[in-house]
Amino acid sequence: MSLLIRGGRILDANGERALDVEIGDDGRIAAVGTGLNGDLDLDASDCVISPGFVDLHTHLREPGQEEAETIETGARSGSLGGYTALVAMPNTEPTTDCVAVVEQVRALGRRSTCEIVPSAALTVGRSGTKMAPLGELVDVGVGIFTDDGTGLQDPRLMRRVMEYSTGLTRRLGRPVVLAQHCEVSALSAGGYMHEGEWSSRLGIPGQPAEAEELMVMRDIALVRLTGAHVHFQHLSTASSVAMVRRAKAAGLPVTAEATTHHFTLTDAACATYDPVFKVHPPLRTGSDVDAVRAGLADGTIDAVATDHAPHAAHVKERPFDEAPPGMLGLETAFALTLGESGLDLPEVLAVLSWRPAAIAGIEGRHGASVVPGAPANLCVVDPDLTWTVSGAAMASRSSNTPYEGRTLRGRVRHTISAGEPVVIDGEARR
Amino acid sequence: MATNASAGHFLGIDGMARADLEEILELTTTFAEIGRRPIPKVPALRGRTVATVFFENSTRTRMSFETAARRLSADTIALSAGGSSLSKGESLRDTIEVVTSYGADALVVRHPMAGTAHRVAAWTDAAVINAGDGCHEHPTQALLDCYTLRERRGALDGMRIAIVGDIRHSRVARSDVLAFTALGAEVVLVAPATLLPPAVVGWPVTVAHELDLVLSDLDAVYLLRIQHERITEGLIPSIREYANDFSLTPERANRLPTDALILHPGPTNLGVEISAAAAADSRSVILDQVVNGVSVRMAILFLLLGSNRNLTGGAVEGDR
Repeated sequence: MSLLIRGGRILDANGERALDVEIGDDGRIAAVGTGLNGDLDLDASDCVISPGFVDLHTHLREPGQEEAETIETGARSGSLGGYTALVAMPNTEPTTDCVAVVEQVRALGRRSTCEIVPSAALTVGRSGTKMAPLGELVDVGVGIFTDDGTGLQDPRLMRRVMEYSTGLTRRLGRPVVLAQHCEVSALSAGGYMHEGEWSSRLGIPGQPAEAEELMVMRDIALVRLTGAHVHFQHLSTASSVAMVRRAKAAGLPVTAEATTHHFTLTDAACATYDPVFKVHPPLRTGSDVDAVRAGLADGTIDAVATDHAPHAAHVKERPFDEAPPGMLGLETAFALTLGESGLDLPEVLAVLSWRPAAIAGIEGRHGASVVPGAPANLCVVDPDLTWTVSGAAMASRSSNTPYEGRTLRGRVRHTISAGEPVVIDGEARR
Repeated sequence: MATNASAGHFLGIDGMARADLEEILELTTTFAEIGRRPIPKVPALRGRTVATVFFENSTRTRMSFETAARRLSADTIALSAGGSSLSKGESLRDTIEVVTSYGADALVVRHPMAGTAHRVAAWTDAAVINAGDGCHEHPTQALLDCYTLRERRGALDGMRIAIVGDIRHSRVARSDVLAFTALGAEVVLVAPATLLPPAVVGWPVTVAHELDLVLSDLDAVYLLRIQHERITEGLIPSIREYANDFSLTPERANRLPTDALILHPGPTNLGVEISAAAAADSRSVILDQVVNGVSVRMAILFLLLGSNRNLTGGAVEGDR
């Protein structure tokens, strides 16, 4: 069955043009132009046709915490958010630190509505003490490694992992990406929100911005030493952004992401004591939010990621200190980036699609320009449609969105994953 | 029995106006009078049930609330649990729903983590009273402290009060700062830099690191408990050094103005934050605080259950 996306404007890395897109039954773009035909018409009037979005940071919870999310439900949530590829975080149970779990995640992913790109842990069991079998994992195509949830604390081991990774470039076909959750746990331990005026007033123990910044500083120094590619996850403080900006100016191989919540929410939200606002790194101050937006504007921050972190309702029904950190992100990312990042639409699509695709090393399949022969991983977005966020209405198995009840502008209308229309008119097809 | 579907809560001093505080303190006078009767009991809350729900040990606060409830003829039930509901795999909400289903009209909640009473209030139709939430607030303690100061001085206006010790971890200090300043007092926080909150910017207080520099100019000094864990956490070098600099020794007590009052929330670590002699000094009102605690808690229970009033306090709303 062929598809025709009719009446929209294409916007990709090549710019903007008003053309229809025909997708063949081989899952590739058959033609781009006018006067095309397809078995199924998808209306795109007043909409923008973009390469599908790529999330560098998704917690799909499977295997191990299927009560909160499965690969199937997480992918469906991603499809509704315009994503065609999700980089799955390795803090599963068991940890994704070996070929067997990678293959399990991939097998489950193949039945889902997104391409699931497994990342693997830097260290065995994310314990921070013993290097994971990076070579074996590279040989099955894993290109991103992270102990996300914690940073790799031991500077000596981090240095060794970085050095070792530089010897795997030929086997992977590109440099290995080491993605770091920057947090010096000795400084952050026992803190549950950003340390500052709000934590002082609310009596919630805080963690200082410096817990993140010290590890950003250390890893930049180690990149200079080793030449490894480090990707900084969820940058949240003004000084972190400034250090990455300087590292890039010095020509170091570093990249960075910011989450939607770190440029839309501040630590003041914790005043409700509702753990839906508890997240790691924590929500910061208004000036940190401004710095993250500035980092996106000048390209210091390459990509917007979600850190989509589903949690079952009952585990959030605890005191703030005790509840697990994390919030949903996949279904709200486009509208929030469009409405609150300060970026214009072409840049919004760049930070959601082709820039993260390049970091993930999947730019041949995702984020690619909309031209004949390219794999049909696309989304059609309506930048003007307003809608109201409802956790219960989301496809995620959990509903812990911090934006409940908010009215947002900009919504994903259709998503095409490998040629299959998995979302049509805002409804998941499977 | 009324279902209390419209019950108000008493969660914190934050957000309370001077007039609200004064109204409670005036009412407390009435209940203090009841406490002095040969049979200190009235039928105001007969048939109502007050549940003390304590996730942290506190013999004194629990006894004070239970005494207050019984003097008003309410029935009391008690739940004592460890600090963490996680250990049993039960969510806090489950626990609260179980307690509410025993027919409690009011839940008196003590928890080692900030904001817990606020969370509980969202899950129950019963009136929720915050009996201490982590390092956040202990609003009935602040009321009894204000009542005790007013009993001796008539009003707090213009008083200069030092709060000394582990302000960082003290819910008493947070509630007292709000209540004392709302009633017109000036507050100076006295502590080693590590025992102050990370950011007191915007608090209506001044800060000092040396008790000796402020002693002679005080109308009241409020000593806080110091916990031994603060040493293992690296916040202070030793109890000895802390006591050298911050303990209310007999010598320091002598340098206080002759009419200055000495307060402590109890239980005291004699010889640490306060000497035995200073605690027994004629200016010490530490036992008055205990007595007044019952009267204040009677007033709060009566206002919430006997008059269905919403005391509104503690309604901190963040900018989302």
